[in-house]
Amino acid sequence: MTTKVEVKNLTKIFGKRVNKAKELLMAGASKADILKETGATVGVDRANFTVDEGEIFVIMGLSGSGKSTTIRMLNRLIEPTNGQVILDGQDVMAMSKDELREIRRHKMSMVFQNFALLPNRTVLENAEYGLEIQGVDKATREKQANDALEMVGLTGYNDQYPTQLSGGMQQRVGLARALANDPEILLMDEAFSALDPLNRKEMQNELLDLQENMQKTIIFISHDLNEALRIGDHIMIMRDGEIVQIGSPEEILTHPANDYVERFIEDVDRSKVLTASRVMIRPVTVNIDKDGPRITLRRMRENEISSLYVIDNQHHMVGLVDARDVIQLIKDNNRDLSSIINHDVPTVEMDTPLKSMMDEASHSPLPIAVLDDRNRLQGIIIRGAVLDALNGNGGDSHD
Amino acid sequence: MTSLPKLPLAKWVNEFVSWLTQFEGFFQAITNFLNAIINSFQWLFDLLPQWLFVAIIMGLTLYLNRKKQKWSLLLLEFFGFWYISNQGYWRDMTQTLTLVLTSSLIAIVIGIPLGIWMAKSDKVRTVVNPILDFMQTMPAFVYLIPAVAFFGIGMAPGVVASVIFAMPPTVRMTNLGIRQVPYDLIEAANSFGSTSWQKLTQVQLPIAKSTIMAGVNQSMMLSLSMVVIASMIGAMGLGTKVYFAVGRNDAGSGFTAGFAIVILAIILDRVTQAFNQSKNK
Repeated sequence: MTTKVEVKNLTKIFGKRVNKAKELLMAGASKADILKETGATVGVDRANFTVDEGEIFVIMGLSGSGKSTTIRMLNRLIEPTNGQVILDGQDVMAMSKDELREIRRHKMSMVFQNFALLPNRTVLENAEYGLEIQGVDKATREKQANDALEMVGLTGYNDQYPTQLSGGMQQRVGLARALANDPEILLMDEAFSALDPLNRKEMQNELLDLQENMQKTIIFISHDLNEALRIGDHIMIMRDGEIVQIGSPEEILTHPANDYVERFIEDVDRSKVLTASRVMIRPVTVNIDKDGPRITLRRMRENEISSLYVIDNQHHMVGLVDARDVIQLIKDNNRDLSSIINHDVPTVEMDTPLKSMMDEASHSPLPIAVLDDRNRLQGIIIRGAVLDALNGNGGDSHD
Repeated sequence: MTSLPKLPLAKWVNEFVSWLTQFEGFFQAITNFLNAIINSFQWLFDLLPQWLFVAIIMGLTLYLNRKKQKWSLLLLEFFGFWYISNQGYWRDMTQTLTLVLTSSLIAIVIGIPLGIWMAKSDKVRTVVNPILDFMQTMPAFVYLIPAVAFFGIGMAPGVVASVIFAMPPTVRMTNLGIRQVPYDLIEAANSFGSTSWQKLTQVQLPIAKSTIMAGVNQSMMLSLSMVVIASMIGAMGLGTKVYFAVGRNDAGSGFTAGFAIVILAIILDRVTQAFNQSKNK
């Protein structure tokens, strides 16, 4: 993973006596003291984080946490008080107005919470906006805008006005307008927050689908932890202008940094977020191309288990053997395991959420096999691990 | 309080005015420029036969209201112009229209850029706002005195006095319209890398347009209200008829001329409003 954006000590202080407030902040004064002393408000306090190329990085926090300020400092819609934003090795803060404009035109496009579409322009004209101000000729920008609208699933509305569309459709136009520029980075400021729950979920799915093909770097602001957990590769939780925790969705769920995060994740439906790969354990296996029944039986005894998964040389899952059958095989002096393999075993994929395997886990007496996309056995899930994970103390089992 | 001598403010103003009169050439140039506009309008109106003039206005009304037909306005136009012609006020009406159109044109040309500047800078707003208050509240008669000194008598000083009195709504509404453009649209324009000029022409002005047009409409109405006052310094038109009627204590012709002004005002108002709405679907 290459780093796309690196943010160092990014700070924003709002108010009049900014320099004095900055001094106080650097000297370690609290925000309340700074407000009392100078009347200035610390919006974001020395934020440090990196965003990898091609990932969805979610900045999560309640209103007033400084998340919107943070995202606006990345393209300097809000001028930072201090700190650096390094984009592809270039310091955005050191850029002249013209250089910054080029960055905004070609590298970073933004999608807004309330869509921010121009009411006097049609859908197509709105999608063309970014290209128009770059001076792209009419035919080219119409084509690119059309392609972008198609990408977001909005065809046949080109000549409508934004007010004639539903919220979800309007935000598709907003997304198309950003995509038409073909930027490297998408800044999405609470892009789905104004939509109703069904629409929001649909847009989240579509964003994930789009992302699979386009692999852009997406920085996404949200106040909704479920949304963050659903779409984020990394999540940064902010509170009162400070970063509380940065981590993958599972890290956040399984290792909350403090009480604040813990309270946040209390209501999260873990079964939707935790995936098979998180709760699986390394299986004890036998290789059908190498091992015979005696080795199989010894492994079972060593590990005190009554069944074993069988794999081949390429680590492909073959099936399951039961201890009683193995003993019978040895009695019969037969060396071929394949005659007793049970092929009818429950399997799931690495990224299957726990929710979709609950039924399987509660009915099947056998451990569930976790396979990767090439049908290789990566791990197994035993019933207890699922329950542990749902209770919030799982997730460590395979470490 | 009584120990202070009376401020010689009147003397200062007089001295300032007579100091200004030394720039005779400058004021003459403005007068010539205004007369050129006034004469072109008047030449056009004199050239058009009455029936063609009415046909053009009614055609314009039909075109601007093509989505919803307004028969009442068309009727008003037809009978209104018939009344004006019938009372023998046709040329006076075109003179008044010339005065109004010239002052509105100048109010737009000066007022909209000034309003934009005001919207872009709080400092400019702080300076311009009291000046606009002054322009609107100072009794219009007062402008007439120096206007005559600088621009002589006739239409030109009338236009100048009308512009001073009528321009503030255009400036204020332009400022207001641009300041009211939702901030997220400004942010969107910035985030896509717009220059200030692109932001102004593609976002701020189009969105503020109906507010600006409401200001222009108000300016037009205010300049129409100046025609009687302007007639005192020789600006010809319906105002002159009213002014003469006042002098002769002739209620009847005062009323007929006044009524013609009302008709012209309503038609101008409705047509400019329709112009505004037709562009903002």
